[in-house]
Amino acid sequence: MQGLGFYPGCSLGSSAREYGDSVKAIAEKIGTRLEEIPDWTCCGATAAHSVNRLLSVSLAARNLSLASQAGHDKILAPCAACFSRLAAARHALEKDGALKDEVASIIERPLDKLPEIVNVLGWLLDVVKEDATQWRKKDLSGLKVACYYGCLLVRPPEVVNFDDPEQPTSMEKIVSATGAEPVSWRSRLRCCGGGFSVSRTGTVLRLIREILEDARTSGADAIVVGCPMCHSNLDLRQRAAVAQGKPMPILFLSQLVGLAAGASPEALGLGHHFVDTKPLLDKVSSGKA
Amino acid sequence: MSSAGPKKPSNAIAQELKEICGEDVVRCYQCGKCTAGCPMAVEADLTPNQIARLVQLGEGERALDCEAIWLCLGCETCTARCPQKVDLAGIMDGMREISLRRNKSKAAKNIRAFHQAFLDQVKTFGRVPEFPLIGDYKLRSGAFFQDILVAPSMAQKGKIKFVPEKVKGAAEVKKIFQKVMAKSQGSEKA
Repeated sequence: MQGLGFYPGCSLGSSAREYGDSVKAIAEKIGTRLEEIPDWTCCGATAAHSVNRLLSVSLAARNLSLASQAGHDKILAPCAACFSRLAAARHALEKDGALKDEVASIIERPLDKLPEIVNVLGWLLDVVKEDATQWRKKDLSGLKVACYYGCLLVRPPEVVNFDDPEQPTSMEKIVSATGAEPVSWRSRLRCCGGGFSVSRTGTVLRLIREILEDARTSGADAIVVGCPMCHSNLDLRQRAAVAQGKPMPILFLSQLVGLAAGASPEALGLGHHFVDTKPLLDKVSSGKA
Repeated sequence: MSSAGPKKPSNAIAQELKEICGEDVVRCYQCGKCTAGCPMAVEADLTPNQIARLVQLGEGERALDCEAIWLCLGCETCTARCPQKVDLAGIMDGMREISLRRNKSKAAKNIRAFHQAFLDQVKTFGRVPEFPLIGDYKLRSGAFFQDILVAPSMAQKGKIKFVPEKVKGAAEVKKIFQKVMAKSQGSEKA
């Protein structure tokens, strides 16, 4: 089995457990061994970079050092925020030798080798690029899906160094590989309100209202996301933002790909959402998808 | 600087920003693209290009106690779109840091409370468990009844970590906080 360094971050085992479950389910199906970075700690997320730059780089850098020490030259961070913080720290440390020395002395760990950070799009694009017969067990044709990139999977371009910040195509490619049809819509790159879910909920409701309405009018059966905050904002907060009308199931990209790879809905955590995914699963299993 | 006569604007803030995030605010030529794409511009008391302009003119102080710098979502739309490749998102981070150093942050109390509650968990446990995070936030913000209706569902779906896990690296993380705070000038309390 091939080993891949894995940084779950604080949410994949709890508030975004479906994300963690579905990533692991895919890994199992395709024969990749996810090697969790030993003794990993919080990347700092939004809070750290919002108040202290040195702190944000240091918290992330500790994990880069641990990953490198564990023998990984590449690590997968499914959470878009964790990905962003780890990649931003790597970028800053590579660019600024003085900063690298300063941070190495703060974290008391070596930073001479920094692993490459891969996000869920980079990982799954690699997975699905293989001949579909190698991995796909279920064809999701008939399903229309709105690909929601959000902010941190493709921005800022110098840090992410993957796909395009204004016209990305990776998520659509991945979705197409499952047989599902990505819809054309405007809100792919709009912010969902990120970390303001608790501290400024009104903003999140305003932002997600537009995203949900756009997905609805574009004919999507579901929105797929690659971030725990996007998922929470669109799923948990959906009823508060849009009180009437047909609910819009929100899936992690890994749940969609997992379904196509033959994993069960239970294994993919599809029963834990706030917006019921059953209508979508019925469409998939009835062969209409 | 002479103490008599009109106060000369100083560009200490532009200099501090350069030290924190390496950005030269002077490169901004006020095209407004950042503001056009900013999801918070409609809610904020100052827009991104206005903040850049204030700093350029030596009036950055006026942006330090505004709500706008705390309303920034860090969505990176501005940074991605700037034709001059000015890292506006990095500058907003820097303005927040300067505001805290100078104890100027008065607005957006709940947002600052959440950042602080989050960092409390990181500093204490090395990772962030949901229940203590929300508890800490509620004590700081006074928003005791917030989300009280979704909490049972969250718990039932297994989405809340009630008890922090034992993380060996927690001690190292605590030390990182101590060393960084020792280096920073002034208080880091949000």
